[in-house]
Amino acid sequence: MTTLDGAVRGKQSLAARLAARTGGGALRIFLILVALFWLMPTIGLLLSSLRSPQQIAESGWWQVFSQPAQITWENYSRLLGNEKVMGSLLTTAAITVPATVLVVVIGSLAGYAFAWMDFRGRDGWFLVVVGLLVVPVQVALIPVAKLFGAVGLFETTAGVVLFHTAFGLPFAVFLLRNFFAEIPRELLEAARLDGAGELRLFTRVVMPLGGPAIASLGIFQFLWVWNDMLIALIFADSGHPPITVALQQEVRQFGNNIDVLAPGAFLSMVVPLVVFFAFQRQFVSGVMAGAVK
Amino acid sequence: MSDVQSGADAPAGAVGGRAGKRRNPLGGRPWVAAAFLLPALVLLGALVGYPIVFSVYRSLFDASGHGFVGLDNYGELFSDDGIRTALKNNIVWVVVAPTVSTALGLIFAVLTERVRWGTAFKLVVFMPMAISMLAAGIIFRLVYDQAPERGVANAVAVAVHDTFADPAPFPGAKPRPNADLKASGGGAFTTRSAVSAASPANLPLVAVQPDDLRGARQAVAAGPRPGMITGTAWLDFTRGGGGRAGVIDPGEKALAGLTVEAVKDGRVVASATTAADGTYALPADRAEGARIRLPAANFAAAYHGVTWLGPALVTPAIIGSYVWMWAGFAMVLIAAGLAGMPRELLEAARVDGANEWQIFRRVTVPLLAPVLVVVLVTLMINVLKIFDLVYIIAPGSSVRSANVLALQLFQSSFGTDVDEGLGSAIAVFLLLLVMPVMYVNLRRIQKERRR
Repeated sequence: MTTLDGAVRGKQSLAARLAARTGGGALRIFLILVALFWLMPTIGLLLSSLRSPQQIAESGWWQVFSQPAQITWENYSRLLGNEKVMGSLLTTAAITVPATVLVVVIGSLAGYAFAWMDFRGRDGWFLVVVGLLVVPVQVALIPVAKLFGAVGLFETTAGVVLFHTAFGLPFAVFLLRNFFAEIPRELLEAARLDGAGELRLFTRVVMPLGGPAIASLGIFQFLWVWNDMLIALIFADSGHPPITVALQQEVRQFGNNIDVLAPGAFLSMVVPLVVFFAFQRQFVSGVMAGAVK
Repeated sequence: MSDVQSGADAPAGAVGGRAGKRRNPLGGRPWVAAAFLLPALVLLGALVGYPIVFSVYRSLFDASGHGFVGLDNYGELFSDDGIRTALKNNIVWVVVAPTVSTALGLIFAVLTERVRWGTAFKLVVFMPMAISMLAAGIIFRLVYDQAPERGVANAVAVAVHDTFADPAPFPGAKPRPNADLKASGGGAFTTRSAVSAASPANLPLVAVQPDDLRGARQAVAAGPRPGMITGTAWLDFTRGGGGRAGVIDPGEKALAGLTVEAVKDGRVVASATTAADGTYALPADRAEGARIRLPAANFAAAYHGVTWLGPALVTPAIIGSYVWMWAGFAMVLIAAGLAGMPRELLEAARVDGANEWQIFRRVTVPLLAPVLVVVLVTLMINVLKIFDLVYIIAPGSSVRSANVLALQLFQSSFGTDVDEGLGSAIAVFLLLLVMPVMYVNLRRIQKERRR
């Protein structure tokens, strides 16, 4: 009897035991309160974005709970007609998609080479790339601004894409090399015996097998670039800025334009949140692998 | 290095090599390898490697870029007031933000482990990681709004404050000039003369906010009562004029809810609250010969909450928003560590009679130490470069107090007072700070490869 009891309890976590001891109520209430606390700022933004400018100026978003009639889509419909903001969302996409694809493709090529090709100084080069993992982007701001200025890439979408690709590469190469290295050698050898060249081997065997790692990397890089403000602030075309920069310009008059800022910020969050909820698992494994960054 | 050596021994494209070897190089032609590596190395070289070299070089020159100044720019990091503030704030950031985030992450991870709806909780706490720091910044500008009607933080602060301390009934009110009341320090007012039961001690006040008079009744002159010292507190001001100073004219309003104290030799001997008609009564046996005091609490300005984004609190407030974003990151990594923990050890401790707290302190936390270190170091590197949140949340008036190195670098490099030499020095300084982590990463990888 006692051993059985012990065996069953042994499988339980501290949380489960705490819950059992307090009847589950206290722990549950605590966690629900924390969750509400964590949600509150975001809910505040959402509800603010659904109120008229006067109401935002006069009272808090929580008034919506007692006066649900306050909710209006007007801010959003006005925003959808705002060419600058909508255009900036397109610019964000035009930066994020290529920067993600490029980092995946270029990172995969290099990761494969580091994992399965033989060349002099391979390990040394790999260490150099890994060493660059923690280099802060700040180091590159001035030099790359000058470099881009010299070659005509300053304040262009292409320049922003290249910058993000370069700074995404150390992590990409690190993650993918380690993943590719785990591919069973027999698979690659069999493909070689069938007469596949390196490029064919790469596209037909390595890339498909690397799916999970590539997905993690892709999600990670996508969110990173979509959410970036600093690099866009410096390198993006100021006439056609991405959403973060466009909203940042509005923040300067914070207080009298929350009716633009709140829905704008929420609009900018929609894509990352959809990606996040759709690919939670990949995102988490990307975050875990990226913990060295 | 051993890998490269053994790889060189094996002929290119060797098949079915020794099974024990970890990797058997398949592609042996160097030009193929070069082609695969070229795009990555070109981009890394041009946009990461070269900038490091250039920044180091540039940091040794002055703002114009022509005058060699040696290490002067680095000296300025520690002598310039603005940058010193940034440096100080960065230290606060690096110490506080990762610690608090990790501690919360640990608590959340332990409390939700294997709880059925733990996943939903984790999702809620982890969600802010998916959004931009810009969006988080806007979210927290709203949270920290100074006006309690709009900002939820101050709405809560005011609600809590007013629950425990009654709001002053008449903020800003004061005695009519030439009345018997004089300021007695700290915002209180005391009568000049001692009171007695024989004559009412009236308290004429002015400068009452119209809002505080809503529903106020007509003031009534307090009549004498046996054994009591009485008086009336009222607004000694007749609308439309015509009132007499110090006299309760018809139409003048009573001030209800004022605290009235009788003070003798600096000690409060009796106290009362004015009634709806403005009158009060104090027991004469105790208050006879005392002076009447209206304590400052009657007139204190209404509590408007905390100045979150003022110079004093702006950095802690922004750190709060960072913790909101990143505690989920710590929680997820720690939860993964918990899931991989050997259960037998916990069980053994339990069999030995350890209680849950002891198990947590002596078994769980030490076993999690490697994960906790990774989380802390990752967050420290992240915090070192903090920019967006400060840039967005700090209002113009307290941006100097909230300054951090990355923001200073941005200002020095692209802002109004451009000095690329100084900007480069800050950049190199940031790089130097992450060098130890770079070294540890490299050592770890080398060790893994030798295995």
